[in-house]
Amino acid sequence: MPKIIIDDLDMEVPEGITVLQACELAGKEIPRFCYHERLSIAGNCRMCLVEVSPGPPKPAASCALPVGDGMNIKTNSEMVKKARNGVMEFLLINHPLDCPICDQGGECDLQDQAMAYGQDNSRYREDKRAVKEKYMGPLIKTIMTRCIHCTRCVRFATEIAGVPEIGMLGRGEHAEITTYLEKSLNSELSANVIDLCPVGALTSKPYAFVSRPWELKKTESIDVFDALGSAIRVDSRQTEVLRVLPRLNEDINEEWITDKSRFAVDGLSRQRLDRPYLRFDGKLKESTWAEVFDLIKSRFSKTDGDRIAAIAGNQCDAESMIALKNLMTNLGSNNIDCRQDGAKLSSECRSSYLFNTTISNLEFSDAVLLVGTNPRMEAPLINTRLRRGWMTDTTKVAVLGPKIDLTFPVDYCGNDPRKLRSIAEGLDPLSSTLSEAVRPSIILGMGALTRSDGSAILHFARTIAEEYGLIKDDWNGFNVLHTAAARVAGMDMGFLPSIGGLDIEGILSGASAGTIDIVYLLGADEIDMSRLGDAFVIYQGHHGDAGANRADVILPGAAFTEKNGTYVNTEGRVQLAKQATQPPGDAKEDWKIIRALSDLLGAGLDFTTLGDVRARLVEENSLFDHVGDILSSSWDDFGSYGEILGQEFECPISNYYMTCSISRASQTMAECSKELFSQSKEENAADA
Amino acid sequence: MLTDKDRIFKNLYGRDDWNLKGALKRGVWDDTAKLLSLGREKLIDEIKESGLRGRGGAGFPTGMKWSFMPKDDSRDDRPHYLVVNADESEPGTCKDREILRYDPHLLIEGCLVSGFAMGANVAYIYIRGEFYSEASHLRTAIEEAYESGYIGNNACGSGWKFDVYLHRGAGAYICGEETALLESLEGKKGQPRLKPPFPAACGLYGCPTTVNNVETIAVAPTIIRRGASWFNSFGRENNTGTKIFSISGHVNTPCNVEEVMGVPLRDLIDKHAGGVKGGWNNLLAVIPGGSSTPCLSKSICDDVLMDFDSLKEHNSGLGTAAVIVMDKSTDIVEAISRLSHFYRHESCGQCTPCREGMGWVYRVMQRLVSGEADVSEIDMLWELTKQIEGHTICALADGGVWPVQGLIRHFRPELERRIISRKTSNSNLISKPETPVL
Repeated sequence: MPKIIIDDLDMEVPEGITVLQACELAGKEIPRFCYHERLSIAGNCRMCLVEVSPGPPKPAASCALPVGDGMNIKTNSEMVKKARNGVMEFLLINHPLDCPICDQGGECDLQDQAMAYGQDNSRYREDKRAVKEKYMGPLIKTIMTRCIHCTRCVRFATEIAGVPEIGMLGRGEHAEITTYLEKSLNSELSANVIDLCPVGALTSKPYAFVSRPWELKKTESIDVFDALGSAIRVDSRQTEVLRVLPRLNEDINEEWITDKSRFAVDGLSRQRLDRPYLRFDGKLKESTWAEVFDLIKSRFSKTDGDRIAAIAGNQCDAESMIALKNLMTNLGSNNIDCRQDGAKLSSECRSSYLFNTTISNLEFSDAVLLVGTNPRMEAPLINTRLRRGWMTDTTKVAVLGPKIDLTFPVDYCGNDPRKLRSIAEGLDPLSSTLSEAVRPSIILGMGALTRSDGSAILHFARTIAEEYGLIKDDWNGFNVLHTAAARVAGMDMGFLPSIGGLDIEGILSGASAGTIDIVYLLGADEIDMSRLGDAFVIYQGHHGDAGANRADVILPGAAFTEKNGTYVNTEGRVQLAKQATQPPGDAKEDWKIIRALSDLLGAGLDFTTLGDVRARLVEENSLFDHVGDILSSSWDDFGSYGEILGQEFECPISNYYMTCSISRASQTMAECSKELFSQSKEENAADA
Repeated sequence: MLTDKDRIFKNLYGRDDWNLKGALKRGVWDDTAKLLSLGREKLIDEIKESGLRGRGGAGFPTGMKWSFMPKDDSRDDRPHYLVVNADESEPGTCKDREILRYDPHLLIEGCLVSGFAMGANVAYIYIRGEFYSEASHLRTAIEEAYESGYIGNNACGSGWKFDVYLHRGAGAYICGEETALLESLEGKKGQPRLKPPFPAACGLYGCPTTVNNVETIAVAPTIIRRGASWFNSFGRENNTGTKIFSISGHVNTPCNVEEVMGVPLRDLIDKHAGGVKGGWNNLLAVIPGGSSTPCLSKSICDDVLMDFDSLKEHNSGLGTAAVIVMDKSTDIVEAISRLSHFYRHESCGQCTPCREGMGWVYRVMQRLVSGEADVSEIDMLWELTKQIEGHTICALADGGVWPVQGLIRHFRPELERRIISRKTSNSNLISKPETPVL
């Protein structure tokens, strides 16, 4: 370990780190613009200059200089102060200094560092440079005159997102950051460049001129647009969520979030169910809680428990699901299911429905087999982990399923699901690839498990896992990639048909055949509503989407930003989402609606506070007590032997920007969909 | 003065045949295998002892540079590369051009000898795009060398495999910076890399690489042949050997000439370039080493020696030894302003001080030409150049501000004169907004 001196402080630091990192360890603040710990080192802003001896008598860029034994580093000497001051002056001479009208104002690195390291006046008397705006799609607003050419966006696009569509053209004073052809970035992570941009050159287009950062209430929460549960910060003002930003969580999202998580929230103020509705003469009419409760009571009193069913949607919190589950039990119904898409998963063995490798360990897997999944659409941040594995030459990815572009080369094995069986039986070259790997893994997508032969696929995937060393003492390479944020919690609490109960398929065919009279949809919009037949449909949820359209009674609930909810992500990690705003109008928190309903139906639930509900959850499954953790789960037998059908795998997500009622209501997502989805379709057509 | 028998570049003026036949007559490729048989260590030691310093401008000891290449190949299977920097674009410099034109075999032989010394089987020659006929001569020479077996699978019968590739640049000055050159050679945008790692550890395609100037490589075989002691018998300590000087500007006969290091500047101009136009007393200033070195005033030129250390003593540098002579008819401010324009235009735009600073310097310089400035701005300009110098990734910015520093150092009175005379002659126009009459 090199011994160094930082500002007269003797230090011993780890081998191979940079001087900037060493200074951070010593608690010294080093200003920087281009340096970012998750991107390659550019060393071009020259803001992080420090004095290093022995060495040439000039300041050195600390971000790019490895520490060496015996270095004496000064971070605050006269030379360093002068150097920073000089660089700051250069950065500002061509910067427009339009902070009063800049959206970055208040959270701008350039502003902050100019305050700390700059001077109070400018000696620049010449004309300033002006740069034309560049079109970067419906999400990113550009004011390129403000750009300081740190190239963070270029490096993010190239390295993390894997779409080398941003670059610097021209040279010297005329160097400009551009998307070359001025098209939208073809990435699901594109908007992270907004956070990376240290100045106001790249800002959020939907959020333009909306608010100042100090006016916002910041709520730390969890994202529900995919099953990863990325850490987010919800910024709201009064009743409205204005934007969503990523929070740091090394285990899940690092510091990125997907474009959908960031921008679909404008859908929270559109198409909302803000009061109860009743269907009257075939049309939905505004109503009151008392009225709808009366109707529900009269319908339930005439119906036996086994003719009632409940389906939980993809974004439900665990609290509302447990409440509904208990209500249904009290009413004598076993017909409940949280697997809207009909995934052939069962709750007996917890490992069978989890992403066991964990997200952060995925990049260490040396051979990954993707089955019927497109992680780029289903969980873009899983894809960045795979990409990093590929970039560091660790991971080789094989794809069995539709042909997909993961931004890095993969070994494409066609789309014959029966191949899974030949791999399991050792008849395919992939068998040896997996068995020779040190940390092999398999990822099953919903495209593979929602089929009628899902259980057989699960069986052969388990065989592969067991035969080829995917399951070891310190490694579990068997992974199920969910697309629904609510799914794992639902499985964990058993929101599944118990003995004699009907599953989703049974409920739907029962409803069509007239053997199910009441269907309770808890935020469930992704089922085929036409199969509900003449059943009396209660829809409890927050958006006027497919479910509400079919409903006979609508109970207005709260969206994920409007309630405190528990979610379990695809790894099995329990996380809490926090309430940022109040539900609109007459809408209520979901578990409270069910609690109120239970009294009315004479099936009283025994909890009255959120704490009680959570205690119920823990009673049901103790893992709900371990917030933030992943509990280890045992490996057991699952899946059932059967024939795999020849019918090709299909990806569960066809349009990334519209996957749930919130994103379908979002104007921004509609624009993205129009622009990027059609763009990628065009490209596919051109390729074919 | 250097005698003809001690010249390394015997065909500098192209009076003789440049291709293989002529080269053989001049002693190129004369038993090169014997030079190689000395072995890597001995070759590097010989170059070290000769005191040869890089001819590309920075003057780094060549032998030491070669010795940075990894020697123990058993632990590392990466290939070694020799890259020859023939991207000669410095205003005023035209020495490499003459070597490429008239003595290309000297360079190719140098590639083999120095490539062998650093364990490289491949040499890339990165030639300035504008050097069309030079590239064509070089290509012919490379083909001739292959055909005659001087390079190829068994170069000169030594058993050493050696290939030479020619790559033409696209006209960016920055690509003459060694790491930008490597980037460009790899097919990327020519922008300097961060150092460390230095090219000897991680250069072209991530492999150990040495980048040398054309002249440095071209003189190597002759030094080995005639011995280090022959080479270091010329010049002063640390500044040994012979060197090609390019003399241009207000002289009677501009020329390239090979001379001993440390030749007095006045001798160089008077004996080889026919003297300053209008006589020595008509001299205003000299830029001694290509456009990026600070100019010297006449009083220094009177007795300064042309070598690395002596010019450094006078706050300038030998650079590429391209002497630009300016007589008293020169508008020195305009001349330096033109250089600022060049460096502003050629800045790659990667790092802040250079990208933003060179434009600022140029604009102030432009105003100084007409005197449309304040006297205090001269000090500001000086500070500005100091703010740029030494704060950048590569040395382009240093070279870009040194001429301005030289101007302020030696011609401050001229700058002030212009400002004051403009203020007084145009007092009605200029001074009114600044000092309102009460």
